[in-house]
Amino acid sequence: MSRINSPAELDEFRKNILSERDPNKPCITLCAGSACIATGSGDVALSLEAEIVKQGLRDKVDLRKTGCHGYCERGPMIVIHPEEISYFQVQPKDAAEIISETIKEKKIIKRLLYTDPDTKEKIVKESEIPFYKHQERLVFGSNGSIDPKSIDDYLAIGGYGALKKALYDMTPESVLEEVKKSNLRGRGGGGFPAGRKWEGSRDDPEPIKYVIVNADEGDPGAYMDRSLLEGNPHSILEGLTLGAYAIGSHEGYIYVRQEYPLAVENVLLAIKTAEEYGFLGKNILGSGFDFEVKVHQGAGAFVCGESTALMTALEGRVGEPRPKYIRSNIKGFWEKPSVLNNVETWANVPLIINKGADWFTQYGTEGSKGTKIFSLVGKIVNTGLVEVPMGMPLKDIIYKIGGGIPNGKKFKAVQTGGPSGGCIPEDLLDLPVGFDELTKAGSMMGSGGMIVMDEDTCMVDVARYFIAFLTDESCGKCVPCREGLRQMLKILTRITEGKGRQDDIQLLKDLAETAKGAALCALGKSAPNPFLSTLRYFENEYEAHINEKRCPALSCKELIAYYIDPTQCKACMICARKCPADAIDGGKNKIHLIDQEKCTKCGTCYEVCPSRFSAVTRISGEPVPDPIPEEERIIRKRKKK
Amino acid sequence: MDNDRVDQIIDKHEAEPSSLIQVMLEIQSENNWLPKATLNRISERLEVPLARILHIATFYQAFSLVPKGRHGVHICVGTACHVRGASRILDTVQEKIGIKPGETDLDLKFSLEVVNCLGCCALGPVMEIDGKTHGKMTPGETAEVLKNYE
Repeated sequence: MSRINSPAELDEFRKNILSERDPNKPCITLCAGSACIATGSGDVALSLEAEIVKQGLRDKVDLRKTGCHGYCERGPMIVIHPEEISYFQVQPKDAAEIISETIKEKKIIKRLLYTDPDTKEKIVKESEIPFYKHQERLVFGSNGSIDPKSIDDYLAIGGYGALKKALYDMTPESVLEEVKKSNLRGRGGGGFPAGRKWEGSRDDPEPIKYVIVNADEGDPGAYMDRSLLEGNPHSILEGLTLGAYAIGSHEGYIYVRQEYPLAVENVLLAIKTAEEYGFLGKNILGSGFDFEVKVHQGAGAFVCGESTALMTALEGRVGEPRPKYIRSNIKGFWEKPSVLNNVETWANVPLIINKGADWFTQYGTEGSKGTKIFSLVGKIVNTGLVEVPMGMPLKDIIYKIGGGIPNGKKFKAVQTGGPSGGCIPEDLLDLPVGFDELTKAGSMMGSGGMIVMDEDTCMVDVARYFIAFLTDESCGKCVPCREGLRQMLKILTRITEGKGRQDDIQLLKDLAETAKGAALCALGKSAPNPFLSTLRYFENEYEAHINEKRCPALSCKELIAYYIDPTQCKACMICARKCPADAIDGGKNKIHLIDQEKCTKCGTCYEVCPSRFSAVTRISGEPVPDPIPEEERIIRKRKKK
Repeated sequence: MDNDRVDQIIDKHEAEPSSLIQVMLEIQSENNWLPKATLNRISERLEVPLARILHIATFYQAFSLVPKGRHGVHICVGTACHVRGASRILDTVQEKIGIKPGETDLDLKFSLEVVNCLGCCALGPVMEIDGKTHGKMTPGETAEVLKNYE
């Protein structure tokens, strides 16, 4: 491949790619994101490839392994273009039929289609499925149609067009102005206006400046940045290059977790091909602008997502934050002006430059413009990545897109913002999603984790869980975080074990206030949020744990017991066989009994007991009834006459 | 790991002190742990004090200063898996193989780790063994899966 040296050459090259592609040629796009690979999309790809050859269609159909389509719940999934026929939970054995029926005969295989849970109607097109219909996939949409390993695929959908426009039709100042006008706010957590951050760096007299991608996505339960990097790496490179042009930087870094091997692989390949094509390196597109990008793998520390800690880690040291008397956009990496933005923020930049700030600002609310990708997970029917315009009510995301709570359970709370965020209860579900709205409700936008919790989730345990996570991830530099969180964890653990004391809530509040006010970095300052927000909305649960030694959600192990109701047990032996601790006594026709001493409270018996019996129950806050006398345990079958 | 290979990795990063973490990551992923002799070698070549290397090795989760077992068992305890009962899976694994997270058994058969999100929340709770994902686990199934590893 020879370098592209001018805008005309780029247009010509793009034209050639498009002319070689027949829009009517069948193309199977198969989701090869991490979640679908885990459900077996690799094997599906092999079977499809083999069938295409076997049925003699080698040149008549394309198979494209794309990044994450978002609908992880139903993976592995494929979409057949141009008809946009979408099949879900595809297995390798379905491959022959897909090729012979759908590709050759244009017939639809009904059993692989999406079935609407309410109307039982089969839906053919991806865009008409409720999960997708209510989304606005501006940033994430291309993921499903391009092969992340092919730069030509990215060029075919107009890729690097924004870079061409910026380098040839815009000055660095006007690029910056456009981003400022768009009011793009950081998607990584803080929500700081990207344009203002850039401007600070740009105006600094220091000649060496850096731009950095924060791909140290550490929030447990959030994986949108991973999916973008895996599925559309060039869009992030293009955004980063635009940022570099705007502020006058010639060196960029991508700080990516080593736990994301596919993202590392795809982004390294993308950098290599972009250099070959002349989108990175010296004299980009013949414009005279130089910019190179390096990848730095993070070794696993949540605190490294914090800007100053990340830059320290980039320098090859332990990722500890430093006080921000001077912001890192003025003195950051190697003490130089450094613009750090999150993956999703960078991916928004090419769209803004391409289509203009006015186009961008038509989406969203007054304070939060554009869209946001959320990772909708937990107790939800449709787990996956969803992109919605800012301002959509939480209720719509959870019910219209997410399909509500599975197994007929009742919604309890949605946790947003990762470990620094908070829980939002049912009566606030009309809240529109946006940076300021979520903060007002005691939570935050964070990087976009949205964990749905149902009636079985104990809110005290959720607070304990996050504080435990943060205690573990605290770098240990400042006392309020290192010691304060440890004490908070001790107290919360005590409460979930039924050993809570009357003054514990006050003590927790005091520790929370201290950490909020005195911790060095955002990790420590926001660490008490999970506790404070659960206390704000679910104080009754704390009180039940402390005063009645009862877990209302029947979840805290130390406070519950499993019990087999002798009037319901039909002595079917299922629970006795499945119990991993051999704690269930009982045989054929003998009512089963749980040995409370042996029971590890794993809940297997509760889950396997057939719903028509529902004999296994959970008890909290009251003693387990004494076992019935031995002789009454025998079930005598009535003889048929 | 012999010093020649260590040197090769160091040379690839041009013995640059700022590449310390990258060098250590590469050795960790190839050798599965960081022996003392290797750390000494890195210290000499990159001209970085051993104390700083140990600081890094103990700060970041990716590094291990002890040998790892034949099978790496990773239990996802990310929030989505947590609300779907990951702690019950972890309890079962701990009971069955008799070690806690971060430990390796005496036969070097299993190393147990907890991880914070494997990015397949739709499958939660998730257990990953040697890179293979086992989704929607229950305590009963967990015990079954573990039996398959020797």
